[in-house]
Amino acid sequence: MDLVSKKWIFNVLLSMCFIGAACTSVEKKIYVHLNNTVPCVRLLNATHQIGCQSSLSGDVGVLHVLESEENLDFVLRTGLHPPYMVILEHRLFTRSIMMKLNNGSSRVAGVAVVAPDANPAEGFSPHNTCPNENTGVYSETYDPALAHCSTTVWNPLGNGLSYEEFDFPIFSLKDDNKTRFIRQCYFDHNRMVNGSSPQYPLCAMQLFSHMSAVTNTATCMRRNDLNLGITPEYVCDPLGDFNVWATTRPLNNTAKGHKMSESVVIAATRLDSRSFFFNIAPGAQSAASGFVTLLAAAHALRNITQEAPPNRTILYAFFQGETFDYIGSSRMVYDMENGQFLVDLDNIHSVLEVGQVGMRANSRLWLHSDPVSRRNGSIDEEVKTLVENIRSAVMTLNVSASEPNVSQPLPPSSFQRFLRSRPIPGVVIADHESSFSNRFYESMYDNAEYMRVSYPQNMTQEEQLQFVTDTAKALTEVATVLARALYKQAGGDQSQLSGINADPQIVTQMLYSFLIQSNNSWLQQIVPSDLAGHLKNTATNFYVGVMLQSSEPTHLVQHLLANLTGNVVNVTQQDCQNQRMEESDTVSKHTYTYTWVQGAVPPNATEREGYCVRSTVHLSKAVSPAFDLREFTSTDYSTWTESRWKTIKGRIFLVASHELEMVTLGVGVGVLLTSLLLTYVISSKADILFSSQREPTNATY
Amino acid sequence: MTAAVFFGCTFIAFGPAIALFLFTIAREPLRVIFLIAGAFFWLVSLLLSSLVWFISVQISNKDSAVQQKGLLIFGVVLSVLLQETFPMSHPPDLSGLGFGFMSGAFSVVNILADSVGPGTIGIHGDSQHYFLSSAFMTMAIILLHMFWGVVFFDACEKQQWWAVAAVVISHLVVSCLTFQNPEYVASLVPTYVILFLMGIWAFYSAGGSLRNLKLCLTCKDKDFLLANHRPR
Repeated sequence: MDLVSKKWIFNVLLSMCFIGAACTSVEKKIYVHLNNTVPCVRLLNATHQIGCQSSLSGDVGVLHVLESEENLDFVLRTGLHPPYMVILEHRLFTRSIMMKLNNGSSRVAGVAVVAPDANPAEGFSPHNTCPNENTGVYSETYDPALAHCSTTVWNPLGNGLSYEEFDFPIFSLKDDNKTRFIRQCYFDHNRMVNGSSPQYPLCAMQLFSHMSAVTNTATCMRRNDLNLGITPEYVCDPLGDFNVWATTRPLNNTAKGHKMSESVVIAATRLDSRSFFFNIAPGAQSAASGFVTLLAAAHALRNITQEAPPNRTILYAFFQGETFDYIGSSRMVYDMENGQFLVDLDNIHSVLEVGQVGMRANSRLWLHSDPVSRRNGSIDEEVKTLVENIRSAVMTLNVSASEPNVSQPLPPSSFQRFLRSRPIPGVVIADHESSFSNRFYESMYDNAEYMRVSYPQNMTQEEQLQFVTDTAKALTEVATVLARALYKQAGGDQSQLSGINADPQIVTQMLYSFLIQSNNSWLQQIVPSDLAGHLKNTATNFYVGVMLQSSEPTHLVQHLLANLTGNVVNVTQQDCQNQRMEESDTVSKHTYTYTWVQGAVPPNATEREGYCVRSTVHLSKAVSPAFDLREFTSTDYSTWTESRWKTIKGRIFLVASHELEMVTLGVGVGVLLTSLLLTYVISSKADILFSSQREPTNATY
Repeated sequence: MTAAVFFGCTFIAFGPAIALFLFTIAREPLRVIFLIAGAFFWLVSLLLSSLVWFISVQISNKDSAVQQKGLLIFGVVLSVLLQETFPMSHPPDLSGLGFGFMSGAFSVVNILADSVGPGTIGIHGDSQHYFLSSAFMTMAIILLHMFWGVVFFDACEKQQWWAVAAVVISHLVVSCLTFQNPEYVASLVPTYVILFLMGIWAFYSAGGSLRNLKLCLTCKDKDFLLANHRPR
């Protein structure tokens, strides 16, 4: 038994050591997985699909680090091991290179763009040169001379990459250890040595970003309806979220439609931005500068609109989805036209919109207006009054506000959607006289660094939150001008204007929250407890996203607006959450919104002390009317949808030559055939071969 | 490394075993049952011994290597005793082949599954030939198990304990050779030498001889059969 047991010891040991070797996972020896994958995804509208697509089982390509535009020739023509996975530095991520890669896409498996740590020196904007050109007010019928940016090209640095269609995946890589590993792998295996092409095994990358939707919105919405199984399989979702709005005077929100003898001044701005890659939209200048200014102005007006309310009501409107053909503002105008909103278009007195105001050179503000509607005398008078109100609001501040010298159309703004419906007097405040001063419009570089929101070294997060940057001071001045102009426009008294001042502390805290990180002590106090867990430690992502997924800034702005324009009321938590002042109150919920917020932790305590904030802040659905009307080929409304996908990932590995694979297969087939042959021969001759043992036993019949 | 490598390595690893199965076992249901029983009992012994080992490791002093090894041997002895209670050692080539199939499957299926993807081993500096050498090693192990079974059973019947010891020692040598990886030449060549020698030994144990081989190869076998045919 000893020897038997010894045989088994080593039998088991042998098996265990085999299993042990396999347990270190062969997969880990082959693949290196990419951790933070930032893809470009497919978006569709009424006529086109844009963005990137990979094949269902991922695209495999041999790595090639592009050195210059001339090196493209290697990828597109001369390289011996197509298809290639091209690694680009950000300086090579230009329109000409990308279009050449797109044309030679049979030899291109995909592109990975290495994002730099600091913003590039020259500008970069993947957006169009004429944003939202077909859904604004300037069309052939309105004024052909002003349509399609004939007079002013708003985004001259735009290269339109975001609106091109690529049939290979494009990912963005951060410049970290993984990227260094990729470059090292390329240098070790893939580089040409002395003019001879590299030998197998070569370093390769596989990217998965298969998008389910194709062609255009009408096709993918039709396919959404084809549900044969129990669980519905959708291929795309409409973009959208919620608009945030509030009024200085409480109005009955349950009674929709026209309100008698209500004259409303709309203070509008946009909430969203985008970039070439999915879910990356720092949107500092293009979005945050505008709505932070409006929030600060609303705060500055809180006291005076409650103590000495002006004749007209001011409606603060923060529109979502404006980047994608004015989703939010078109929806609000549509609701107003159909009597589905608080007020209707007849109630609107004028519109004052805040555009991009963060980059003010020489502290100059420009007041843009629509020349076509101003051909009407009464509208022109109103606009002149509005401009005068703004200019008089400047007073002793270090700002100047003037109209542009040339007659030009409005820049892309939500006000254009109101004008599409009827001529209304209005002005858009911006920091650019004609083209945008924003060199990174709707790109991943439009961030805190570009807006010069930076803090001295060695500051804690708390100190950074409270530190008033120069940008914050500049935006505070704009907010003060805006608040005073709104008050004057709403019929307030000139003598009160000097008492209206925006608070730079609030402005800098808001800039920190949206551009640096939203998870800070100030926001933690203002939001309800269910939102507190969603506050992030990174810059806010301003991409509007699909309707089903709420966008980060919407709820933050909602609760900020409530805190800055509302009042704290002494109400129990239960009453607060039931939208009433006390048990018997059934009218408050029609005009007010009650929010129970977390509050701060008092000294000598561990739990937060919440309180109730009563405000007039409401959310209204911001989904394009095209989806309610089911007009998926509409040219009037936004038809943008985002495709769905299953997996987004990437991995790096070595590939062997095709010859070696075929040799392996050949050897395998050979071994199989040989052993079949041998075994057949041996088993047919078994009687003879093994006869010396069998003979005695077979002898007895 | 794609489907070509997957099929190639599968055929290399399991080719002889499949051939043996098709031509010697598949026709008779009883032999199939014995084969499966052999495989099953290999699994049982592995399971029990590893279970005992796992439990004992958990309750033992993990830092003491001597204690760990002792526990391993104890678990193995237990599995052997369990195995000896089953009448599984006859016919010897079937039980050996059963062991071989199962241990081959355990060692190589994991690797084959990863060979289907587009990548090959090497990005962290390991040798490229991992798949091929694993497949060849598995083929050798499967055949070795069968030869060991034949020789072991024969030696037990004839009470030739030196033969039993030789089987055990060659098993030990082969298992230690696998620790030579990734020096694939150093591990594969000696393994194949041992395979060849064990093959010859098993051939003799099973009743073969040089004379019979010569008869087969020179095609005089028909006369031999006729000559040996005894009338009733």
